[in-house]
Formats: sequence, C-alpha cells, structure tokens
Amino acid sequence: MAGLMAGFGHYTHAIVRGIPASLAKEALRTNQAEVDLDKARTEHDAYVQVLRTRLGLEVVELPADESLPDCVFVEDAAVVCGDTALITRPGAESRRRETEAMKEALTDLNMNIVEIADENATLDGGDVLFTGREFFVGLSKRTNQRGAEILADAFKDYAVSTVPVLEGLHLKSFCSMGGPGLIVIGSSDPAQKALKIMQQMSDHRYDKLTVPDDLAANCIYMNLPNKGHVLLHCTTDEFPESVKVFEKLKDHMLIPVSNLEKVKLDGALTCCSVLINKKKHNN
Amino acid sequence: MTTEASSETEVKENAEESAAQPDQSEKATRETQEVLNTEEEDKEKGKVKEKEGKGISRYLPTWLKKQKSLSQTSPTKETPPTEEPTSKVTEEEEVSAPEVNGHAEEAEEKEEVKSEPVKEKEVESNSNGSADTEPAKEEKLEESVQTTPEENKETTKEEDVAEEEKKGQEQETQAEAEVQEGDGQTSIFQSPFRLVRKPKMKVVVCHVTLLDGTDFSCEVEKRANGQYLFFKVCEHLNLLEKDYFGLTYKDTHDEKCWLDPMKEIKRQIRSNNWQFSFNVKFYPPDPSLLTEDITRYLLCLQLRDDVASGRLPCSFVTHALLGSYTLQAEFGDQEPDQPRPLDFISQQTFAPNQSKEMEEKILELHKSHKGMTPAQADIQFLENAKKLSMYGVDLHRAKDSEGVDIMLGVCANGLLVYKDRLRINRFAWPKILKISYKRNNFYIKIRPGETEQFESTVGFKLQNHRSAKRLWKVCVENHSFFRLNAPEPPTKARFLTLGSKFRYSGRTQAQTRMASSLIDRPAPNFERTSSKRISRSLDGAPVISITEAGRDMTENGHDPNLELQSDSKSQMRVHGDNIYVRHSNLMLEDHDKTQEEVLKHQASISQLKRSFMEAPPPSPPQPSQWEKRLTSSPASTIRVQQQQVVSVPQMETASADNVISDTKEPAKTTEVEIEETVVIQEVSKATKAGNVTVTSNSPAGPPAEQESSEQKVRSDEEVVVVEEANQTRQESVSSESESEEEAEYHPNVTTSISNTQIPEEKEEEDKLEGEEEGEEMEPEVPAAPAPSLPAEISQPAEETPQEEEEPRKETEEGMKDEVEEKQGDPETEESTDDPMLTPDETPKSFVPPEVEEEEQEEPKVNGEASAVDAEPRPHGICCSELPVVKTEMVTISDTFAAQKTEIATKEVPIVHTETKTITYEAAQLDGNGEGEPGVLMTAQTITSESLCTTTTTHITKTLKGGLSETRIEKRIVITGDCDIDHDQALAQAIKEAKEQHPDMSVTRVVVHKETELAEEED
Repeated sequence: MAGLMAGFGHYTHAIVRGIPASLAKEALRTNQAEVDLDKARTEHDAYVQVLRTRLGLEVVELPADESLPDCVFVEDAAVVCGDTALITRPGAESRRRETEAMKEALTDLNMNIVEIADENATLDGGDVLFTGREFFVGLSKRTNQRGAEILADAFKDYAVSTVPVLEGLHLKSFCSMGGPGLIVIGSSDPAQKALKIMQQMSDHRYDKLTVPDDLAANCIYMNLPNKGHVLLHCTTDEFPESVKVFEKLKDHMLIPVSNLEKVKLDGALTCCSVLINKKKHNN
Repeated sequence: MTTEASSETEVKENAEESAAQPDQSEKATRETQEVLNTEEEDKEKGKVKEKEGKGISRYLPTWLKKQKSLSQTSPTKETPPTEEPTSKVTEEEEVSAPEVNGHAEEAEEKEEVKSEPVKEKEVESNSNGSADTEPAKEEKLEESVQTTPEENKETTKEEDVAEEEKKGQEQETQAEAEVQEGDGQTSIFQSPFRLVRKPKMKVVVCHVTLLDGTDFSCEVEKRANGQYLFFKVCEHLNLLEKDYFGLTYKDTHDEKCWLDPMKEIKRQIRSNNWQFSFNVKFYPPDPSLLTEDITRYLLCLQLRDDVASGRLPCSFVTHALLGSYTLQAEFGDQEPDQPRPLDFISQQTFAPNQSKEMEEKILELHKSHKGMTPAQADIQFLENAKKLSMYGVDLHRAKDSEGVDIMLGVCANGLLVYKDRLRINRFAWPKILKISYKRNNFYIKIRPGETEQFESTVGFKLQNHRSAKRLWKVCVENHSFFRLNAPEPPTKARFLTLGSKFRYSGRTQAQTRMASSLIDRPAPNFERTSSKRISRSLDGAPVISITEAGRDMTENGHDPNLELQSDSKSQMRVHGDNIYVRHSNLMLEDHDKTQEEVLKHQASISQLKRSFMEAPPPSPPQPSQWEKRLTSSPASTIRVQQQQVVSVPQMETASADNVISDTKEPAKTTEVEIEETVVIQEVSKATKAGNVTVTSNSPAGPPAEQESSEQKVRSDEEVVVVEEANQTRQESVSSESESEEEAEYHPNVTTSISNTQIPEEKEEEDKLEGEEEGEEMEPEVPAAPAPSLPAEISQPAEETPQEEEEPRKETEEGMKDEVEEKQGDPETEESTDDPMLTPDETPKSFVPPEVEEEEQEEPKVNGEASAVDAEPRPHGICCSELPVVKTEMVTISDTFAAQKTEIATKEVPIVHTETKTITYEAAQLDGNGEGEPGVLMTAQTITSESLCTTTTTHITKTLKGGLSETRIEKRIVITGDCDIDHDQALAQAIKEAKEQHPDMSVTRVVVHKETELAEEED
C-alpha cells in the first residue's frame, strides 16, 4: 500500500533481451565503429548476471531477434512506472517491432499496458528520465512532443516536462538518476544546459553529481532490500575520472559494469534493461 | 521593509500600553460582552463558544478594536488612558451600538465580543480601547476628510500601526474595517448615519454551495462586502483556518471568479445572482501542517471533487487509492459481509471515467484501511493527493507569442506553462520580477539568469482582458499567500492608487499558520456528509453534491476547457518550448516609467488618499444606492453603472436619478477623462457613420444652456450600444480598458514595491496609442482627466483633447452623441478606465482617491491615478491609472451634491479636452457645452469580468420659453468578447433606461455594432 511515489528505486524484476548477430553490422549508431559481437555478448551476460545474481532481481530474458538488430536496448521499447507500462513507439522505424515482445513480457507481468496509437508520436524510453517525483522527456531525434504528451497522459500523477536534447542520442545519454533526488549529469555544455532546464522546470530540488564524461553519467540506481542504495556505473577502464566521482558516493553500493562495446552503438547501461517493481499487492 | 519596522515599533508601544491595563481591559470587555450578550440572546450562548468557535469573527472584531484603540492610543500616548474611562466608554457604546448600528455593526460587536475573550491580553486591551475609541476615531476620520493631507497622514499612520499590529491576524479585518467604515462613512455622523441607514438597509439572501454539496443560505445586507459573507460561511462551517478558502461566483461569462472580500458583493456578482460556492483557494502544499481536522476534511472534500471532475488528473491506481481513503473516512471499516458493495460504491463518483474495475479496486484497497479513523484516512488521502503534479494548480488558457494554445498554471511555487499535458516551462516566483497585464496580454518579467544581462519579459495572450486580469489577480494572490510573510503593507495598498492595484488582502500562509498555532479549542465535531450526499443525489436534488459536482465541470468553477486534456488531440502543438517571447525592455520600461511617475506622485497622492481613506465611508454607501438603481439591468452581461457627471449638478438632479448616482461617478469621471477624449473622437466617427443619434426630442440638443429645472422635463434617452469584439472594445472603452487592462505586480519586491508596480493599463491606451501602449496613455490621461464635470469641462477640453483625441479616434466608442459628446466623452473615458474596476468595485472606492489627486496634481495624475484607483477599496480590482488624477471624483462619491459641484469645477480642465472633441462632433453640443448650465453629464464604466460597459449619460436641459426640457442621452459602450449577446445587451440597456427614468420616454435607440479593428498585437 505504499502511497504515491513511494519507493523510488525499488525493483523486483528486470526485462532484458539477447543480442542478435545482426547487432554488429546493422544496429544503428551515430559513430561508425566496429563492434565486436562476442565482446558485446560477454558484456551483456555480465550485465545480466549482476542483475540476477548480485542484485537478486527476477530477470526476464527475451530472446534476440535477428531482424531487430537493436533489440538488446530494451529500455527504448517501454516506460514502466508503478503498475503502468507504456509501450513506446520508437523514433527509429527499424526498431518499432521491438515493442511486440516487450509488450508480451509486460503483459505477463500483469502490468497495465498503455500503447501509443498515434502514428505521429515517437518516443524512445531512453529519452525518459523518471526522478521519482516527475518525468523529464527529452525531445530528441527519436522522441517528439506528441510522444511526450502521450507519456504524460499515461502517467497522470506526475509532472512531465520536456527537455530539448541538442546533442547525443537520448536524454539519458548524458544523465540519469543516481539516487533519490540525485541527478548524475555529464559535464558537457549540452548536458549542463539540459540540467538547468530540468531544474527550472521542476518544483523539486535535485542534487547533482557531475561527472567528467557524459556517457559515464548514465548509470543505474536501485534501492533494494538488504542492499540499500545500489549504483551500477561505468568501469575505470572506460571513464577513470568519472569513476572517481562515483566513488565519492559513500552510501551507495557501487558496482562497475563494463559497457565498452555497446556504447559504440550509443547503448548505455540503462538501455539494456527495463526495471519493474511488482508490489505484492499487485495481484 | 522600513515601513514594517517602524510599524512594529509602534505596535510594540501599543502593546505595552495595552499590557499595562490588561486586567482591567479584560473586565471591561467582559462586561461589554455580557451586555451585548444579554441584548443578543442568540449570541449569548456563544460567549464561550464564540471564543472558541467563531474564530473568524474574532479577528475582525479585534481589528476593529485595534483600529479604534490605535486612534486613541496615538493621542493617548502622552496621556495614557485609564481603565475606568475606557470601560465607561465601552458601556456607552454598548448601549448605543445595538440600536444605532445596522446589522453590520451588530455583527461587529458580536465579533468583538467573541474575539476579545479569545485573544491574548494585548488584543483584549486593544480591543477594549478600540471599542471606546470608536467614536473618537470616526470623528477623526471626518476631520481628516476635510483636513489637510498631513493630518490624514497622521491618522493613517495610526491606522497603519494598528493594522500592523494585527499583522498576524489579518488584513482582512482591515478590509472589513474599512468596509464597515465605508458603510458608516457617514460614520462621521455616526449616530445619524446609522439611523438613516436602517430603513435603507436591504437584505439579500445568499446561496452558498458548500464543499459537501449542501446549500447554505444566509441573509446579507445588500451592500455587504465579500468578506462578510465569507465569514458567515466559515462561521457556519465552524472553520477557523479559513484563509485557504474563498467564495466563488460565476461572472456573466459563466466563468468562475473569486469573490473579493474587500469589495461589495453586489458589485462583483452579476445582477441578482447571489449564488456562490465555497472553495479552496490556496491549496496548502503540506496539508499535514494544518492544525485542525475539520480544515483537512474540507480540503479533502474539495480535492475529491477536483479528482472526480478530472480537474486534478491522476492515474487509475491513484484514483483507486484516493477513493479507498474516501470510503474509509466516510464509512469506516468495510464490513466483511457488506451487502452489494459495488452498487453502493457506484453511487459515488471517484473518477471522471469510473469503471467497475476501478470500483473493485477501490473496495479492495478499502479493506486494507481497516481500523483507520476518518481523520487518519483524510490525512492519507491528502498525503497522496498533494503529490499529484496538478495539485493546487489553477489553470488558465492562453496562447504563447506564436499563437499556440497553452495553459498557464498558477500554484504555490510559481507559474507553470503547459502545452497539452506537458510542462514546457516554469517560472518560480523568485524568478519573476514583475507580473503585469495589459488588455488581453499577460506579461511576466523574468530575472536575468546567471549568464544573462537583461531581464526578459515573457508575454502570453489571454482570451480577453478579463481573462488576463483574472490571471493576474490569481498570480498576485498566490504569490502573496505563499511567498510573503505578510501581505503587502496595507498602507501602501490603501494609499497608493496606482492604477488598479489589486493586492491580496488576506493573511499569508505564514500568517495563517501562525494564527492556526494559536487555535486553542477542542477539536470541533463535524459530520461527514457522505450519507447526505448520496441521498441527495438519489433525490436528484438540485444541490450539487460533491460527487455530482465532480462530473459537472462547471460547478467547480474551473473551466473544464482549461483542464489539460490528456488526449490533446484537439489542441495544437507547439514547437518546442517557445512560449516565451523576449521583448526588448520597451514594454517593461514603459510600465516602469509609469510606475516611476506614479511613485513620484504617490507621496502627495498618498496623503490625499489617506485622508480620503480615512474618510472612507463615503464611497461604499454611495455605490450601493447607485447600484440599486443601476442594477436593474437583468442581463448579467452588462452591468452598466452610469456615472453621471452633472455639469450643473444641482439643476439636473431633478432629472437625475442618473445624476445622483454620481457618487460613484466622480471616481469614474476621473478615469474617464483621459479616455473620454478618446471616446469623443470615436463618437464623432460614429456620428459620421450615422450610428449615433444625438438629437433627441428635446430641443435640448442645441439646447438652452440654462436650466430651468423645475419645468417639465422631457428626457430622451438614447441608448447606444456598441459592442465590439474583445479587442476593439478596449479601444472604444479605452478609458476603462486602460485602468483595467493593465496592472503590474512585482512579486519579489517587498509589499510596498509590488503595490506600486502593479499598475494596470487601460485598453484605451492600446487603441489610442497602440504603440505607446500603457505609459503614454497614462501620462496623457492625467491631463485629460477632467472628470466628468460637465460645465467646466467643455472649456478646458480643447487643450488636451487634440492629442488624445487623435489616438483615441481609433477607438470606436465614438458612439456618444453630440451634446454628451463633449462632456460625455470625457466621462466616458473615465468610465472606460474604470471598466475593469467599474463593474463593481471601481466606482466607489477608486474614484475618491483619484479625485483628490487630481486636484493637487493634475498633470502627473495619470500615472498616479491608476495606482490610486486601485487602492481604495478594492485592492482586487485594478483601477485605471489615469483616473487617479481626478481626485475630486472622490469627493463626489461622498454623496454631497455640493461636493460634486466642486468636483465638477475641478474637473473642468479635463473636460476642456473633451470639449474639443465635442466640437468636432456636433455643433449642437458645442453650444451646450459652453452653456454649462444646460448639460449634465455622467459617465460610468462598469466592468464585469466578461464585459466592459461604459455608460455615458448626458443630460441636457433646455429652457424654451417657460418649459425646460431635459434630454438624457446615454451612450453605452460594451466591449466584450465575441460572445456578447447584442440583443440582450440592447434589451438590458433599454430596460435599465426605462427603470431609471420611469418618467421619461425613450425616444431613440441607436445601436452601433463594431467588430474589432485589427488590434495591434503587442
């Protein structure tokens, strides 16, 4: 019976998806980079293991679909908050069908499914930052105003503010939540501008944790029973300076997770899972 | 700040004094109480109860007492009053009071009694003193009125001190006090006044829809101000933490408006619709900080309605959760074997789209609340509701600079901008330097960011000026309530008459919390009315039950449309975030300039005003009478208050019911002046068009200037109704528009500052000088200001008129007829200024202050005037700035004919301007204008929320042979949104004319409709 907006970071389930072989060649990317499929799969396996074994989440692993090279980035296919799951309409046409399996999985979890029927709307889950008190939706190449409106309609309890994403693929390409009321933000100008906008738009106060590297700003926060604050973040190999910043978080259980390969495809840590909190009272 | 500090010190002094004699004073008060109680049997029981229960009342009385006490104290300071004398005084008062005073006084007394016991010693002492003092004070007031401004200052100071003392308690009280004083204006002649008053008192039955859907009816004196009714309701509800609440009414456009506690009800509501509803006005961000469960309960009732109606959107789960708490609060634990729970639950509305699924969920959740008390359930309800993003957000529909539909949400934290359901921008109160509106534009001036050098101004377009003003007022109130420790100092508010300066008159949240912490009464028992509600809904009773209300969007008062539509399909989409328009500082600067000017004049004006204020009584009483006459207009849409300026006041009086109305008129006149010029031009145009028929039967047209008053009077009333599209009307009404349209408010500034800045600009300005907009207009106006005094006006008019006229020509008002033209025009203009105010408020209160100003400073008046207007009564309404100039108007308000005449003379200069115009228009009139004696003119502008109605009345008396003919020409300019019902307006106008002048015949009706000219878009 937790009330409204209680338990930010509480998760019981995670939905992930396998990496198709097509990822290496066909997955969308903003930078031309060679992706080592094997390394990517290894990374992803490690990632899933952290969720399942280390953190004890119930992980639903969807099979990869060769026709959907980007399907590993499940975050973009759905936005889940509370008992409601909004099935998105990804901005990249090639990714639209990724939502099918996601919808199925969420339905199986007894979530209230909301779908986007409007063909003018696009929304990538990567552009949606949920702070625990409100949503920020990045207006990016992948997400438009209409998509944000639909999200606002799906989650009526919360304020939904739009933030222009001038650089980077998604809003969460340079920011994420590092804890309740703590926004982890990259240090680039576009990132800082976006943060200012968010701060201006919000009725709530947020602390910020600025990391030198924008990509390092994407991390995964959870608040788990018996573990407290948990933060999955980049490794020292990737962003040593940023890791130093994370290490200042004394109250957090810090778990570095390598993401060297997927990042080449603009895939960040949050991109690879959809986290769900299925409360006991939900059926 | 300085003012506050000083006041505090003063307050301390008073407190000390009071402290010195606390015991005695208490005794005295008790004695008085006893006496009163005996007299008022009904209230007797209250003694104890009153202390506790009628918290609201207590504040009022205290204040009054304080005021009185203050007055005494100040003098007393040297020779502190002894207890005995005070007690004696009180006794005397007691005896006299009941008999003398009308209801209002009785009520006051009661309140005082109640309050006294409750309050701390200080209060009591003050109150006692005050009671004693009352008479003295009134005298002072009288004196002040007549006396020089300096004296007034002193008195005002005292008052201020008193007010400040009360700080904690309320400005409201002050307002009331003012009002009361106003009622008693005559108070100067206290006893006589009361006596006189009694017979005239008319009582009206007010129907207030409470939050539980029940209907509360009570009788209220027709001239009572909003606060009186509000307190009545709170008393009925046994509500102490009342500052979060307010009364709403529907304006002529069926839009919800907050009843201004400081203004007469009659002047705010549409004619004869005394229907109100009690609503939460300020949603406490943290309901758990409320002191009493009953307050939370009422808040819950409001929120249930908000949720059920969809005004407060929430998710399925939240609907279910809130619904379950509602069930728990109203029905307690769910009984395991409860029969047909679903049927039962279906009778209640929890959500706009309530499904079986939701009801099942509600019941399921309800089970989990077992053991929760109603109060606990309410708390849980509120804890969840307060987190909703739209909690406490008051939405207003608007367009951004690019014409994209958006919503502006006013809340505790600032101003939110929504496009559909998306928040696209947010301006926290600390970021906002100034809030202003002009015509249908609403502006906020934003504090420059770290990297920015200049302040920026963001402009929004509202549907019409009414909407803009309403939004502005809501912003001012919310900012004051949530961001200020204390409302802006009353002194400034009172005395500064910059345009219409609406200010929040109640307690701030900080103050109400303080006051709440002092609540010391056992938790009142109250009945949760769910059962009632259900039965009613079944009965189909007309009363709106909360549940039912929820479905009925309108009831809430919120425009259903305003609510964010989740679907958003219908709405247009804006590109990104552009809601903002950065303007060069031009606009702002202009406003500022005006303000500056105003400030300069303020000092002098303030003095005048103070004196005026003290005099207060005059304005309120007058209006009421006036209104009675005027109110005839059934059509709610147009309230036409006619301010008639009588050039030859005395003479015309005969004809003149219209003229009599003048009390208000004076004020209007001042405003009118500037506008008038404009009008004149318009008139001329109109005449050209042939629309305007000036000539009426009476030969008067060219008429003899001399009035042979007694001979037969024939009056012809010409009613010209001009309806313009929203925009256009502004121009035509220019005077009105100006005052109403523009207002500024500086949130950040201390109270004082804010007052000054709030000036409202009139529409006229726009029309006249689209480019110049507010500022220019204002300055000019002052010159023109010549209030409506007819005779003199004609002469002076020539000078100013030209300049103003040209711009104003644009205005379409031109409707005015020849005779009236000259004089009338000026008047009309004034009226135009008032329009915003006029509707209810403007006339009385505003006018007077302005008049005074005029006398002293005519030229500068404009800027000042606006400020002045606002202050007097109606903080809420923004008065036209221009009007201020014509201080004399105020005098007029007093009701004394003599004063009126005087005023007229003063006004004359203004008139001159107009005269020119007149000249242009009609040859006939010219003669009249010159011929002073023959023409009486009155111009009133009434602005209802929806419409601006300017009524100009020209009375021409002609002596022919032995016969005198009186011709009355009324030009009514209605500026409204597209939705104006022309036919209705015309019908009303005719009806009113007949009612007002039963002995006259309507000889000619000319209706000229004008659609909007393309408005310049600011």
